Amino acid sequence: MELDFEVVDLDPVDHPEEGDTAPDFTRPLVNDEFWADESLSSLCADSEQVVLVFHPMDGAFPATYIWNEIRDRAWHEQATVVGVSISTPYEHKQLLEEREIEGNHRLFSDPANGVAQQYNIDMDLDGMAGIEEPRPSVFVLDSDRTVEYAWVAEEWPDFPDYDAVEAQL
Amino acid sequence: MSESDITLYRLQACPFCERVVRKLDEYDLDYHSRFVEPMHSDRDVVKRLSGKRTVPAIVDENTGVTMSESANIVAYLERTYGDEGTAGGVA
Repeated sequence: MELDFEVVDLDPVDHPEEGDTAPDFTRPLVNDEFWADESLSSLCADSEQVVLVFHPMDGAFPATYIWNEIRDRAWHEQATVVGVSISTPYEHKQLLEEREIEGNHRLFSDPANGVAQQYNIDMDLDGMAGIEEPRPSVFVLDSDRTVEYAWVAEEWPDFPDYDAVEAQL
Repeated sequence: MSESDITLYRLQACPFCERVVRKLDEYDLDYHSRFVEPMHSDRDVVKRLSGKRTVPAIVDENTGVTMSESANIVAYLERTYGDEGTAGGVA
């Protein structure tokens, strides 16, 4: 059965690709107990692989779906897994708690969407004046921030290919 | 992030925390900030360190000191890093 489900096509963008060095940034990184400024480069340096997941703001259903899936797949057992959204540290703490996300999952808070702008994956939100957020995207990085895998949504809404990400870990 | 040896556990907009921040700035000391929950009962990270859930709390790797209560912390910083300081620890 064909569902009359409207998906918006997004224009192609020049985002970091496999082999590129992912832009570095520093933002508050939230865990289940506190938050502190942290740089992507230091996370990468401390880990063989980092999975960087840009997702819609906390509370939106895609954020919930994405984190339920990542939690259930336990990527954190093989890599450092971090999210990025425009939500505040307080909202990130609540997301970690509500989704029962444990283990080494942490969330960067980027309310001004500057990280998405650095990655060229920023997107205005129709009907929410003055608010922009990242396109849903996943980057798998090595310890030098070299991109091993990149996926950026080309329609909205869209979800990561979880199996493809997992194949990289 | 930096090579700072001082970690300050703080709560956003907490005047007692700002008092400690002012003193750290006065002595030009680098420090990491770790922001915790407004909910007292959720501050287990601070409790594990200092035995209490109150903020501010400070951990100074230079001296091995962990303490809470802003008045105590300010007095400690003055004693350790102020002009009248004798304990050293400043490069």
